[in-house]
Amino acid sequence: MTPPRASVRRQVRIACPPDDVWAIVGNPARIHEWFPGIESSTVDGTTRVIITAGGIPIPEEIVTNDPLQRRLQYRITAPMVREHLSTLDVLDLGDGTSLAVYGADANPSTMALVIAGAAGNALEHLRAIMEGAR
Amino acid sequence: MGRKILLVTTDQQRYDTLGCNGGTLARTPVVDRLAASGIRFERAVPQSVVCMPSRATILTGQHPTTHGVWMNGVPLPDDAPSVAGLLHDAGYRTALIGKAHFEPYFDPFMRFTENALGRTGTTPPGGTHRGFEHLELATHGTMGQLHYSRWLQAEHPEALAMFYAVIDSDLEVNAAGGGDTGAPQVHVNAVPREWYHTDWVADRTIAWLDSLDATDDWFCWMSFPDPHHPWDPPQSEVGRIDWREVPLPAGYPETAAEREAILDAKPRHWRLWYDGTLVSNYEAPGRWVPATLTPDQVREVNARNAVECELIDEALGRVLATIAARGWDDDVDVVFTSDHGELQGDFGLLFKGPYHVDALMRLPLIWRPAPSAGVAPSVVETPVGLVDLAPTFCAITGMERAAWMQGAELPVSSRGGPERVLTEWDSELFGVGVHLRTITRGRWVCTAYLPGTVHDGTEGELYDLVDDPLQRRNRWGDPSQRSRRDDLLADLWDNRPAPHEPKLELQAPV
Repeated sequence: MTPPRASVRRQVRIACPPDDVWAIVGNPARIHEWFPGIESSTVDGTTRVIITAGGIPIPEEIVTNDPLQRRLQYRITAPMVREHLSTLDVLDLGDGTSLAVYGADANPSTMALVIAGAAGNALEHLRAIMEGAR
Repeated sequence: MGRKILLVTTDQQRYDTLGCNGGTLARTPVVDRLAASGIRFERAVPQSVVCMPSRATILTGQHPTTHGVWMNGVPLPDDAPSVAGLLHDAGYRTALIGKAHFEPYFDPFMRFTENALGRTGTTPPGGTHRGFEHLELATHGTMGQLHYSRWLQAEHPEALAMFYAVIDSDLEVNAAGGGDTGAPQVHVNAVPREWYHTDWVADRTIAWLDSLDATDDWFCWMSFPDPHHPWDPPQSEVGRIDWREVPLPAGYPETAAEREAILDAKPRHWRLWYDGTLVSNYEAPGRWVPATLTPDQVREVNARNAVECELIDEALGRVLATIAARGWDDDVDVVFTSDHGELQGDFGLLFKGPYHVDALMRLPLIWRPAPSAGVAPSVVETPVGLVDLAPTFCAITGMERAAWMQGAELPVSSRGGPERVLTEWDSELFGVGVHLRTITRGRWVCTAYLPGTVHDGTEGELYDLVDDPLQRRNRWGDPSQRSRRDDLLADLWDNRPAPHEPKLELQAPV
């Protein structure tokens, strides 16, 4: 039996200081700049609405935005999931590079893979953007 | 003008579903005629028993380890090599009509070209996608935004609800049963035959062929989504075969004790799945327990599967009639095959998974060379692989085999062919990892299980395909076969394909 809830993680090492990476990913309004398939995002307080490339609006709640830990967490509040929490951490590797880690916890479990799978691709895109800008 | 190529693939079709291969359930006179005038392969082996890796092998001529698509849900990189690209660059008109599946279907962000094309047309951005200048895509049922789904939405919206829901509300492969027996993924579909995807694929292929100039050279991959589950052919056609009269397949052990004894002699994941205690991959309904499968359910699944095979055969007949009417027949090579097989009751199981036995590994493969080539009809008994298709297409068109291709041109008699055929499986889903490496050589098939979360690296399977055609006697631990096993394993390890670097990530369940 497939578990009802799953946790899926993706990560990428980026040859940029963590503060530079956080400057993009820590701003929830900028997600469309680095996440392929998200066309736009609007933020109002702790509510964010992204529009996918398919034209689908997905409402989200920002539950953590901690610049000291460089941690962003958000929940999808649309009924497509019973439960969801995505966590994005930017870790300092101490050598001028960073580790960007994206974890998705969701019920149903398949949604965790769908979200984190797309996010893994987005992290690769983020690395290309960041390292290309250097 | 050169030889043109019609590549016909089906999805999840077994070797024994064709009349020319001894099948007695489905009537397949069109493919049978192709076999009689062409080359019928007795043992065509896929390099993966799931869709995306296997289809990527057909396109690239590479093993999954090398092209990198190690499981469904891993997209083939856009810049992966493509035999269609070679042919297009050589001046061929190229089309892919039906099921592509080089990219995941689960795509809420609409990141993948295949899914986005449904909204933008049949010509990809930049002129080609993976070498195809024309793509009209479909999959099982009405899921997603592919061309077939959008056509139904626009032209026959009342049909959308007629199809089986492939995915359930939890985004799992649906386990719900139907029909007369409650078999999983069986469904009564009221859709008129002419709206069903099999006929749609043939209709769109005919339309594309009709758009070509008479002097064009072309490569057309016509890719039917059936007879892959769900088994929901148009109900108007289901009466062709009364499931109550369908014999149980030879591979179905009729008593639970017999099934369990056979499964217990195989690596542990066989029995764990049968009992419903292990789900290693997404391809079968996670909530379905194989031990609940009844003989009547096997009969009904097989009957409906056969109806779908008949519809494919008839659709192919219409396309071949179009080719003849255009005056091309003498110069067209037709290749008919499938991406992998279906358990279809063997061992008391349905669907597919990490099970490298004939049900999933012995494919239909017919190559009817262009009559103008003068190739004598034959039956090839040497094992060959789908990895050999791309080099064969190069040979047909007079091109050099590309250096990145790992297969060889298909033999036209049993005197030729590869020394060995390799198949692999890697799945990693929600904490469960299963990894198989298999070699088919001569009459033997040997599978090694790499360490994972289920296996410790010591388990395996060894079957004599001649003496044990149903693969019921695992000789892996048989001392009398130890040297043979070790020799096959050495051959397997010595011929491992080069790995794709870096390893590609799973981006979706399928």
